[in-house]
Amino acid sequence: MCISIFAFRRGSLALLTFVKQELRPHYGYKHITISAKAYLFRTRERQSTVSKLPVILAAIGLATTAGIASAAVSGDPQNGKEVANLCVACHQADGSGKHIEGGESWPRLAGLNATYLAKQLRDIKDGSRTSPTMMPFVNMLDDQKIADVAAYYSQLEPTTGEGGNNADEALLKRGEQLAERGDWSQYVVSCMSCHGPGNRGAGDVFPGIAGQHAGYIEAQLKSWKEGTRKNDPQDLMGSIARRMSDTDIHAVAVWLATQNTASN
Amino acid sequence: MMRTLLTVTLSGCVMLPVTAAANDDKTQAYIDQLTAMGFPAPNENQLVHIPPSMADLEEADIHPELKKVIRRGYGLFTNTQQLRGKNVFNNMNCSSCHLGEGRMPFSAPIWPAAVTLPGYRGKNGHVNNLEERIAGCFTYSMNGQPLEYGSDDMLALSAYHQWLATGVEMYPKQPIYGRGFPAPERPAELSYTNGEKLYQENCAVCHGENGTGLRFDGHTVFPAPWGDMSNNWGAGIVRLHTAAGFIKNNMPLGQPNSLTDQEAWDIAFYMDSQERPQDPRYTGDVKETAEKFGPTFHKHSMYGQVRESDGKLLGDHDNTGDKPFLKPDTVRSRTFD
Ligand code: HEC
Ligand code: HEC
Ligand code: HEC
Ligand code: HEC
Repeated sequence: MCISIFAFRRGSLALLTFVKQELRPHYGYKHITISAKAYLFRTRERQSTVSKLPVILAAIGLATTAGIASAAVSGDPQNGKEVANLCVACHQADGSGKHIEGGESWPRLAGLNATYLAKQLRDIKDGSRTSPTMMPFVNMLDDQKIADVAAYYSQLEPTTGEGGNNADEALLKRGEQLAERGDWSQYVVSCMSCHGPGNRGAGDVFPGIAGQHAGYIEAQLKSWKEGTRKNDPQDLMGSIARRMSDTDIHAVAVWLATQNTASN
Repeated sequence: MMRTLLTVTLSGCVMLPVTAAANDDKTQAYIDQLTAMGFPAPNENQLVHIPPSMADLEEADIHPELKKVIRRGYGLFTNTQQLRGKNVFNNMNCSSCHLGEGRMPFSAPIWPAAVTLPGYRGKNGHVNNLEERIAGCFTYSMNGQPLEYGSDDMLALSAYHQWLATGVEMYPKQPIYGRGFPAPERPAELSYTNGEKLYQENCAVCHGENGTGLRFDGHTVFPAPWGDMSNNWGAGIVRLHTAAGFIKNNMPLGQPNSLTDQEAWDIAFYMDSQERPQDPRYTGDVKETAEKFGPTFHKHSMYGQVRESDGKLLGDHDNTGDKPFLKPDTVRSRTFD
């Protein structure tokens, strides 16, 4: 959830948090007006607006309910650093994670967008993204800790991706094409058109993927393809991944791993 | 190489059997992919052309200097923002509307212009060549100042268009498969409210709730479908059927044909009822301009009409966006007399 949105409407913090917990799968205020139940079936996601807040609150009958205790969502990197002690075994002290050839890689978290990271943690916790490895750890985190640890990792210096260095030139070239120009003959839109310039991320929704570990990128694309990861808004990522061959997935993963990371 | 970039021409003089298309594996695979994405298969008499890609260019047996110029044209087409402040005054690249580097059918592929021009255009009422057609998209879609005719950049951009048409005969007689933004049938009623709701659900994640899109690091990631940094009121996409066709065939990105016809039209109606920079042909009076260019253009747009949701008269302003002038001097009529 967009932290900045909450920050400039203090009075509404608690209410919106409540909305968020009840109706978490997406933030489409338009649906709330229809019914809270229908809302749960949708996976679409969008940033909320302050201007529409009264509509949301009125619709779910909260407009007049005052004084719900605030479960602030704004993260404190300082506190997050402490939470991260739980995570270093895999994500490493510098947030670099690890490429594990033939095994389950640990994603780099350093420098990723805080809103994106927090969303993933909430998704894993509520089961909309499954990761048996992560489950025991997210279960130790409440909303505040999630926001804190996300804020902490987001401001770490991005590290370099691993797993692409030994790839042959033809594979890298194919990976570059997919990442920067796509392959429209398969209707595979370039990764860059959503993941932003240099695939370094764009906004709160589209995470940076350049400089991520090849093993992790490949695993994620495959789980989208197989339907085991589906927490993306509007099936945006899934509809691309399902059109990619395993060779293309491998190619783009190794190429992205060799790319420079910057912020986001 | 060039042989595989085959154009299936079923013209009057060379009467190939209809199965010619099916016999060509590459063409068939191309069509299969498009139909799998929900696009219609070509009619028997339609011309199907698979434009070459940038990878094909590397292999092509043409002079290295020409390759260099085509590459430059490609660069200008896909990153037109390099001309920002000079020729482009909004957030668009040419490829923002012409998806797949200008090669995708049903996304107004650009190569047909190279084989059908010089030709008469109703929009400006005279015979245009390829440069003037390109200048048209600069004037309206890019809210800009066209590249100078005959300049290096204009030549490079034209070369890219022409090269994509490699192998197609000039002035083909058959209709071109996937040309323009073919619109789904217009439903009986259009709903602004439904369009707004659908836009927020399907489009706002990228284009923003207020149509501002997203720029990052000096690049356009998601272009602006309306507002100051979008195309102006004279651009083809402000026509409802063009917008509906564009949306149905191309959006949300990566999910063509996922919206129903009604949904695509409702969103188009909503999107084309938002403000944007003034039409460069503006006479100083919106009603007059709408009337003057009504028969050839604005009868399909919301320009000069009152928006039902709030009673606003659309286009009634002299805001030209970031562009410091109204009309580029290239917008003029010619009679060849
Ligand atoms: C035992 C190893 C391990 C530990 C400890 C661990 N993680 Fe993870 N983490 C993983 C793995 C593996 C994944 C990838 C899961 C998948 O494949 O979906 C992951 C994924 C993530 C993601 C999603 C990243 C993305 O780019 O989408 C976040 C965020 C994350 N972990 C945060 C944490 C935090 C915070 C902690 C500590 C509270 C933690 N992890 C502890 C192994 C671990
Ligand atoms: C149409 C938009 C779109 C395109 C195109 C796209 N992605 Fe994504 N991608 C997304 C979204 C949205 C997410 C975030 C999903 C979420 O919130 O869980 C994502 C997430 C990812 C992730 C997970 C990142 C992480 O840290 O867990 C990877 C890996 C990824 N994309 C790779 C790619 C590659 C490779 C391509 C090009 C072949 C690509 N994407 C093209 C929209 C897109
Ligand atoms: C805002 C959307 C938009 C942008 C940006 C845009 N165009 Fe277009 N373009 C259109 C529309 C709409 C048409 C008309 C399609 C039709 O025939 O219905 C068109 C048509 C064309 C055609 C004629 C195609 C044919 O079938 O004859 C060419 C060539 C062209 N554009 C080139 C360009 C170039 C070059 C740029 C960048 C300088 C550009 N366009 C930018 C929307 C756009
Ligand atoms: C995943 C992000 C994404 C979503 C969702 C999306 N678009 Fe787009 N849209 C794009 C991108 C990116 C482009 C430019 C194409 C390019 O650069 O490759 C674009 C181009 C456009 C354009 C032409 C340029 C402009 O801004 O006028 C319009 C119109 C448009 N989209 C409308 C829509 C509508 C309507 C929807 C919802 C039905 C939608 N888009 C959903 C990413 C998206």
